[in-house]
Amino acid sequence: MARIELKSLEHRYASSRKGKSSFAIEDLNIIWEDGTANALLGPSGCGKTTILNIISGLIKPTGGEVLFDGVEVNNRATRNRHIAQVFQFPVVYDTMSVMDNLAFPLRNRGHDEKEVQSRTGEIMELLDLNKLADMKAERLNPAEKQIVSLGRGIVRKDTVAVLLDEPLTVIDPVLKLDLRRKLRLVQRELKLTMIYVTHDQHEALTFADHVTIMKDGAVVQSDTPEGLFLKPSTPFVGYFIGSPGMNMIPCENNSAGLEVTGSPLFIPKSIGGKTDNLEGSIELGIRPEFVETSIKELPDWNRFEIRSLDHAGAYQILTLESGSIRIKSRVEDHFVSKEGDPVWVNFPTDKTNLYANGKLVTP
Amino acid sequence: MRQRPWLFLLPTLILMSISAFVPLMAVINYSLHTIFAGSTPEYVGLQNYTDVMGDPQFRGALRRQLTFSLIVLLIEIPIGVGIALCLPRKGPTVGLSLVLLGIPLLIPYNVVGIVWRLFTQSDIGVIPRVLSMFGYKYNVSLDASDAFMTILLVDVWHWTPLVVLLAYAGLQAIPQTFYQAAEVDGASTWKTFRYVTLPKLRSVLTLGLLIRFMDSFKVYSEPLLLTGGGPGNATTFMSLFVARKAEAYELGYAGASSIIYLYVVIVMSYILFQFINRPPEGKRA
Amino acid sequence: MRKRSITLTIYFLLLFVPIYWMVITSLKTDVEILQSFTLFPQQITFENYKEIFTSEVWRSSFFNSITYVLLNVVMTLAAAIPAAYAFSRWNFRGDHHLFFWLLTNRMAPAAVFMVPFTELYYMLNIYDTHFAVALAHCLFNLPLTIWILEGFMSGIPKEIDETAFVDGYRFPQFFRTIFLPLIAPGIGVGAFFCFTFSWVELILAKAITLTEAKPVVVTLTVGIGAEGVKWGLLASAGVLTIIPGILVVYFVRNYMAKGFALGRV
Repeated sequence: MARIELKSLEHRYASSRKGKSSFAIEDLNIIWEDGTANALLGPSGCGKTTILNIISGLIKPTGGEVLFDGVEVNNRATRNRHIAQVFQFPVVYDTMSVMDNLAFPLRNRGHDEKEVQSRTGEIMELLDLNKLADMKAERLNPAEKQIVSLGRGIVRKDTVAVLLDEPLTVIDPVLKLDLRRKLRLVQRELKLTMIYVTHDQHEALTFADHVTIMKDGAVVQSDTPEGLFLKPSTPFVGYFIGSPGMNMIPCENNSAGLEVTGSPLFIPKSIGGKTDNLEGSIELGIRPEFVETSIKELPDWNRFEIRSLDHAGAYQILTLESGSIRIKSRVEDHFVSKEGDPVWVNFPTDKTNLYANGKLVTP
Repeated sequence: MRQRPWLFLLPTLILMSISAFVPLMAVINYSLHTIFAGSTPEYVGLQNYTDVMGDPQFRGALRRQLTFSLIVLLIEIPIGVGIALCLPRKGPTVGLSLVLLGIPLLIPYNVVGIVWRLFTQSDIGVIPRVLSMFGYKYNVSLDASDAFMTILLVDVWHWTPLVVLLAYAGLQAIPQTFYQAAEVDGASTWKTFRYVTLPKLRSVLTLGLLIRFMDSFKVYSEPLLLTGGGPGNATTFMSLFVARKAEAYELGYAGASSIIYLYVVIVMSYILFQFINRPPEGKRA
Repeated sequence: MRKRSITLTIYFLLLFVPIYWMVITSLKTDVEILQSFTLFPQQITFENYKEIFTSEVWRSSFFNSITYVLLNVVMTLAAAIPAAYAFSRWNFRGDHHLFFWLLTNRMAPAAVFMVPFTELYYMLNIYDTHFAVALAHCLFNLPLTIWILEGFMSGIPKEIDETAFVDGYRFPQFFRTIFLPLIAPGIGVGAFFCFTFSWVELILAKAITLTEAKPVVVTLTVGIGAEGVKWGLLASAGVLTIIPGILVVYFVRNYMAKGFALGRV
C-alpha cells in the first residue's frame, strides 16, 4: 500500500468548439495516507471519476503530478501502477469461473500456479466466496460481481491502492449494507489504501475515516466525518452533509449583534459571538439536530411558528417559520405540537457557525 | 385491446401472404405433380421427392453448396471481425468508413458478376495476366478449381463488408469499462480479445454467421455470369440448379427440389443457431 | 494504432480495385479494352455514358429500378413499423411462432419462388408493373426490417409509452411526435437495408418484369450473349447503378453511425 498524492493536478477536456476548453479539475491538491479508508464525495459531474482514472492511469492529466509514496508516476502505464479499480457497473469476465476471475491478474503477471491457487484461496476465504468458486461469473448477481471485482483488485499483494467508483450504484438496497460492511472489513484486515468515490453522503460518512468533499473540480473541505458535520467550512458542505442539511440564515451585522434579514429575529452578541469584524454577506449556520426547540417561551429565545411536521420514526423534523425565514429543527418523537403552534428556539453558541462571504469564521 | 396486435400486423400479414405464403403453397403444389408444357398436371404424390433425392446431380449440387457455404463462413467471419477491430470508433472518419464499407454491398449482383468477369476473363482480365507472371496458368472457364476459387473470392470480396458492419456494431456496444478493467488487471491484447471482446460479440457473430450462411445458399448471379455454372458442374450451386430446372419447365422436379432446399436451409440454420447461441443458464437472483 | 491504419488501408484498397477497374473500363474505348491492357485509359471517352443517357431503354430501366425500390422502401416501412411495435410491446398468442416464420422467409432462396410469382402476378394482373416487384421484394425485406426495428424499439423503455398515455397523448399523436423520432436511427438502418437488397435483386425482378417495369439490373444482363460483350457499355451502366446506392448511404451515414453506436442491429 502507498501514500497517494495529487499535486497541482489539472485536467481539461478536449472540446468540440475551437478555442474554448472546459477545465474538469484545476490546481487540485490532495493527500491520501497509506492504509486509510477515504471517501471522495461530491455531486455528480464534479470530476470524481476523472480523478480516479487519472490515479489509475487510464487518463493522462493535462497538468500536475500524481505521486505514489513521493514518486511521480505520470508516465507509468496503468498495468505498472498496481492499482485496483472497482467500477460503477460490475465488471467480471463472464466466461470464467469466480476462481479464474480472481486468478486472472496473477496469471497475467506470470505467477506460478501454486502461488495463484493459494492466494486466490485466501481471498475467497476473506470475501466469503468459497461456495461460488466454480460458478461461471455471468451467473452472479450484481452484488456478488462487485465482490469478485474487489477480489480481483486485492488478490495481488503488490496492490498500491484500491479505487472504488460508486460501486454500490446498481446494487439492490437490501444488499448494500452487507457489501459496505465487507468493504470496510477488507480495508481494515489488509490495511489497504482505499479511495471510495460517491455522491451519497451516507455511504461516504459510514465507510471512511477521512472524507474529501469536492464541487466543480475543486476541493471544498477535507476532514473526518465529525469535522465535516460539526464544522463545515462552507455553506455548501453544510447543505450537502446531514439529512436534512444545515440551516443557513442570512444576517446583517449591527453593533449589538446580528439582525436577521426579513424577520423579527435577533441574535444577541452572546450567541452570535465575535461578529464585530465581520464584513460582507453573513450567514448563520446551525444543524437541525442542534436547534433547541421549546414549547414554552424562554428569555432570549426566538419565536417561530410551525409550518409543518414530518415524522421520521424515532424523531420529527419541524419546519419553522419566522417572517421570511424558514428553518428546520429536529426534535424527539414525543414532542407534541401541531401546525401553526408557536415554539421558541435557541441556537447554542458552540454549535452555531458563522459564515462570512461563504467561508467559515473560525474563532 | 386484444385485437390490437393483430391490427398492427395486418399490413404485414397481407403483404406476406401474397409474397410468401401463396407462392409457397404453389411450389408445394407443383412438387406433388408432374407438369409438362401444354398438358394438364398429373398428381404424383411424393414421387418427385424421391426422384430428386436419388438424383446424383441434385446431390452433387447440394454437396458443392455446403462446401462452398462452409468455406465462405470460415473466411469471412474472422476477416470481418479483424477489420472491424481496426475501424475508428469515433470522429469524422467513422461515417466515411461506413460509406466505403457499404459500397460493395450496394452493387447489383450482376454488376458484381460483370466486374469480376472483366477481371478474370482469359483475354482481357487482370488476374490471368498477373498470375501468368508467376507462372500459373489461370483459366476460369476451363479449370474447375480455378472456377470454384474465383467464385469464393468474389463472395468474400462482396460480403465481408457486411460481417465487418455487424461486428463493428457489436464492438460499439461493449462498454469501455470492460477494457479499462482488463487494462487494470494487466491483460495482454490477446487475452483482452479472448475474455472481453469475443464473449461480448457472441450474439452479433451468431447473427452474422446465420445471415451469411443463409445468403450463401442463394448465390446465383455470380456463378451464372462468371462461369455459367461450369466448367461442367463445378460451380453449379443450389440456387442455380433449381433455377435451371424451373426454366426448363420441369416444375414438378423444381418444386420438390425447392422444398428440400428450403428445408435444408431452415434446419441447418436452426442447428447452427442452437449450437452457437447456447442460452445462458439461469441467472442467480 | 499504426497497424490498424495500415490494415484498413490495404483492405479498402483491395475492396476498391474491382470498382476502380470498372470505372476506368467505362471510360475506355472498346478497342482499347479488347486490344490492350492499361492501368489508366489511354484515351478517355465518354461515349459509353452518352449512349446510356441518350438511350430510351437504359433511361427507362434506371427509372423503373428507382421507382420500384422506393416503392418497396415505403411499403416495407409502412407495414414493418406497426408490426415491429406489436412484437416489441405486446405479448400475444403465437407471437414467437409468427416472428420465426417471418424470419424463415428471409432464408427463402428466390429461385424457389420464381415460377409461382410469375403465375400469381399474371393472375392478379399486376405482371410487369413496378408495384409487382416492390411487392415481391417484401418477401425478404419485410421480415428483416421488422427484425431490425423490433430490436431498436425494444431498446426504448415501455415507460415512455405509458407516461405519454398518462399525460393524455392519443396513440397516433404519441407515435408521431414521441416514438418515431426516438427510433429514427432504426428506421434509417432499416430503410438502408431495404433499399440495398431491393436495388440489387435480380432473380425475382427478372422473372416478373418484361418491358414496362424492366429494371436496370435486367437490362444489364443483355449484352452478355452471343455477339460478344460490349464491355465499355456494361461497365458504364454498372457504374451508374452504383451511384444511387452511394448517394443513399452517404445521406443516411449519420443515422447508420448512430444506429450502430446504439448497438442494436
